[in-house]
Amino acid sequence: MALPAYTTTGERIWHYTFRVICGLIFFFLIFPILVIVPLSFNTVPFFTFTPEMLSLDPEGFSLRWYKDFFTNLNWQGAVWNSFIIAIFSTLIATFLGTLAALGLSRPHVPYRTAIMGVLISPMIVPLIISAAGMFFFYSRLDLQGTHIGVILAHAALSTPFVVITVTATLVGFDESLIRASANLGASPTTTFFKIIVPLILPGVISGALFAFVTSFDEVVVVLFVGSFEQRTIPWQMFSGIREHISPTILAVATLLVIVAIMLLTTVELLRRRNERLRGMTPG
Amino acid sequence: MKLKLTSVAAGLASGLLLAGTAQAVDLTVVSWGGAYTASQQKAYHEPYMKMNPDIKILNDDSASEGLAKLRAQVEAGNISWDLVDMVASAAITACDEGIVLEIDHDTMLAPAPDGTPASEDFGDMIVSECFIPQIVYSTTFGYRTDLVKTPPTSIADVFDLEKIPGKRSLEKASINNLEWALIADGVPPEEVYDVLETEEGVDRAFAKLDTIKDQVVWWVKGAVPTQLLADGEVVMASAYNGRLFSAIEEEKQPIGMMWDWQVFDLDGWVVPKGGKNEAEVLKYLKWATDTQRLADQAKFISYGPARKSSAPLVGKHADLGIEMGPHMPTAPENAKTTLLFNFEFWADRRDELDERFNAWLAQ
Amino acid sequence: MAEATANNVVLTAPAEKEILTTADGTPLKVSLQRALRREKTRALLLIAPLFLFILITFLMPIFDMLYRGVDNTVMPQYMSRTVQALGEWDPTGEEIPDEPIFEELFLDLKEGAENKTIGRVGKRLNYEKSGMSSLFRKSQRRVKKIEDPPYKEALIKMDKKWGDINTWRLIHRERGKYTMSYYLAGLDMRTDEHGSIRAQDEKRQIYVKLFGRTLWMSALITVICLILAYPISYLLSTLPLRTSNILIILVLLPFWTSLLVRTTSWIALLQQHGVINDLLVWLNVVSEDGRLSMIHNKTGTIIAMVHILLPFMVLPLYSVMKTIPPSYMRAARSLGANPFLAFVRVYMPNTVPGIGAGCILVFIISIGYYITPALVGGTDGTFISNFIAYHISTSLNWGLAAALAVYLLAIVLVLYILYDKVVGINNMKLG
Repeated sequence: MALPAYTTTGERIWHYTFRVICGLIFFFLIFPILVIVPLSFNTVPFFTFTPEMLSLDPEGFSLRWYKDFFTNLNWQGAVWNSFIIAIFSTLIATFLGTLAALGLSRPHVPYRTAIMGVLISPMIVPLIISAAGMFFFYSRLDLQGTHIGVILAHAALSTPFVVITVTATLVGFDESLIRASANLGASPTTTFFKIIVPLILPGVISGALFAFVTSFDEVVVVLFVGSFEQRTIPWQMFSGIREHISPTILAVATLLVIVAIMLLTTVELLRRRNERLRGMTPG
Repeated sequence: MKLKLTSVAAGLASGLLLAGTAQAVDLTVVSWGGAYTASQQKAYHEPYMKMNPDIKILNDDSASEGLAKLRAQVEAGNISWDLVDMVASAAITACDEGIVLEIDHDTMLAPAPDGTPASEDFGDMIVSECFIPQIVYSTTFGYRTDLVKTPPTSIADVFDLEKIPGKRSLEKASINNLEWALIADGVPPEEVYDVLETEEGVDRAFAKLDTIKDQVVWWVKGAVPTQLLADGEVVMASAYNGRLFSAIEEEKQPIGMMWDWQVFDLDGWVVPKGGKNEAEVLKYLKWATDTQRLADQAKFISYGPARKSSAPLVGKHADLGIEMGPHMPTAPENAKTTLLFNFEFWADRRDELDERFNAWLAQ
Repeated sequence: MAEATANNVVLTAPAEKEILTTADGTPLKVSLQRALRREKTRALLLIAPLFLFILITFLMPIFDMLYRGVDNTVMPQYMSRTVQALGEWDPTGEEIPDEPIFEELFLDLKEGAENKTIGRVGKRLNYEKSGMSSLFRKSQRRVKKIEDPPYKEALIKMDKKWGDINTWRLIHRERGKYTMSYYLAGLDMRTDEHGSIRAQDEKRQIYVKLFGRTLWMSALITVICLILAYPISYLLSTLPLRTSNILIILVLLPFWTSLLVRTTSWIALLQQHGVINDLLVWLNVVSEDGRLSMIHNKTGTIIAMVHILLPFMVLPLYSVMKTIPPSYMRAARSLGANPFLAFVRVYMPNTVPGIGAGCILVFIISIGYYITPALVGGTDGTFISNFIAYHISTSLNWGLAAALAVYLLAIVLVLYILYDKVVGINNMKLG
């Protein structure tokens, strides 16, 4: 954004100071995430840069902690559990959440606000409270310390995200499309699969991604509802940080940053596609 | 369709049943993880599984939440654990609540090689009728040999910021710290618990802790203090003696031990009431707590065996080849001044004093 | 479909005063109502599965926990005889109960000792008064030896606490199925021997202070987030789309990165032998001995949490600022306002909805935070959540944990209602 010709010197100085300030804030946001990447290639078990690393000596870098991650059984179990739990809870959350969003987007829903309040409550209630409640209650149902327990808990925590994203996709939904489809002789089923599904699909997918990330990152509920057998990557990281903080955690963190980048790209692409489809400018 | 489903289910069920009879019995053993579980794995689990191919022992590292989760399991009436490692005070609580099995030590455990019954061989270590002692551990002090000018020699030095400046690490709990504070403040060790019974005594202990409060990094998990020492974040830390041993001898850290007024505590097994494999677990226990097995564990970690008859059998460290005897907290060199943790006192006062301790920390 | 039915209305005779009917002759009003009802049912049927799912997997556990905070069934269950007999005893007097009540106590103790359940009573009462735990443990061990009445004498001889009127007052007070004591304890209050509610001994007061600290630190974190988020949101909203789309990735990437990753990196950065301290020592800003303690205290918690919550402030602010036309500012300037005045008087009031939404959101998330304070909070940077977890897994005082959780939940709900008023939950957006 070029400055107009009429700006005063003071404004000019402010303009550039402001940009520097913003630059610093962006740096604060992104630096902690980037700094762990080189640190994870450390040769020594410390959380700091060695002189060899700073002089870019290849001797100063190693894949030691990645090797540890890929060979350690505890971490492998954690990766497996993380994916199993995230995938199944995402499936449940996406299915139930999409149905509910379709219901909520209809023109006449009695007690809509109250229902919405209940449906998104898992997002509002602090995790420690959900975790505590689930710990006691799931113990009674025989679900504490089981994969099913953790999956159900995570599904409950992720549904609000699906409901919100799918509802948002349906906001601009043109009801006349359904009528047009019916008038043209399509059965409700055909209408659903040919008209509704393609339109809400981006919302469903990004809702599912949110659900996946919610489960994949979640640790408080796993700590309480799960047990050692259900340890996930965050569980393992949490207990690692609390006990013996080895750079393997940094290697895992680096891999998770890559996962985050992939997820972010997907969601952004979907969002832009969705807006394009609905005739809005990408923003 | 319905018929088909039922037959599938029946097939599955019978398959599972068949698998169940043919397959091993899984025993879930809950312990502390890390070096400690590893020592049990090598001394007990592996040899036992070799002898009994139909038994499979699974480690669950959730002993630090052992009591909470066991209580939840019992409340739910579904006990998935077979054997739980607990410190003695937790075992006493579990026993009080009736969630673990009462043990008849003489009939359920093996006698010493010379025929001494187990109850006598364990002696005072049996602090609860539900508890099967395994090891004696002590909470003692380690310090960075390179970061202190004069090495600490007594518990008073922990509270002496002039003699030994720098951060120190203590456990984030009232136990041990209150006792040490009083001893450092000049209370005769045998009177410590009497003094702590009084309100003034507790005030006095907290006043002493106040003198170093700013310089203390509090730890919660047993692996943390040695880590803090290794990183140089603190110059001195209270820690379990076995953890200090691994840091010094296995990881070759510049750490020294200060044994003055180490606090002895016990760790051992409890058997959850209503477990699914009670018979198998008791069989395992009888073998895993015999004289030789307890001595074997000391080859892998420097905790003293709880049986008197095991002491002479303690040999060399399995990997390092050093004599383990002198590293035991019970070795005469180290045990000149020791305090025996008063279980009765803490069972009564822990809730109240921990609450006060937390309030004190938050000030 | 319902819409189709409503569409197929045939207007029979619009000019006349006849009632309108559909093709099959049903009055239009009835038909429309039926359609509406069908439509409502259909919507509810779609919502029902999730509603039930949330009810069972999420809301019931929470209600169950509310109950746990008042649950005292241990007493009537394991001390049934004594509890019943004590109904007639007068706790305001100075006399301990007589032989009949002691006989009931003896029977309860005996049965409890056999079933190994009497210890639970001891543990329960020990929360109220230290020493109860050992009293019941001792009684459990020794009650077998008592054979003949009078039991009063025998029990008092066994442990003199049975002769203490305060022991009896306590049992009398806590004899019901429900108890107030956990909720009182959560507010640093207790019931004294005479049954009146008073403040907890000053040296044991902690929870009110802790709630205060949680709220205060959350407020501070919210304010810092706002200060940091405002300029960058403004920049993002004024830059051309192409540039802002790239810059916003710097906000979204942290948002999508696991919070454990972010907490880990702050540990790596802030610890005494971490990146920042090493850099400061290398630059000679601080000496080797003077390394700063930036973690395991308040500072560490605040820095890490501001970083984690900043995207939650930027996104609502940005979406509001995007909608403010730049012409407003230009108009203000051309009417003679200096840039500062134009900004404060014209631009800022327009961003208030964004500020409100962002602040409430960050504040709500912050007061319930557990993981980051647990890892980097040390002792003075921990929140109320950490104590809830402590009482669940370490001290095992589940009633107190439940009571504290309920207080926290109440605060969050109030804020949530506020959020609903300011933003409206239906307008909640993600990413």
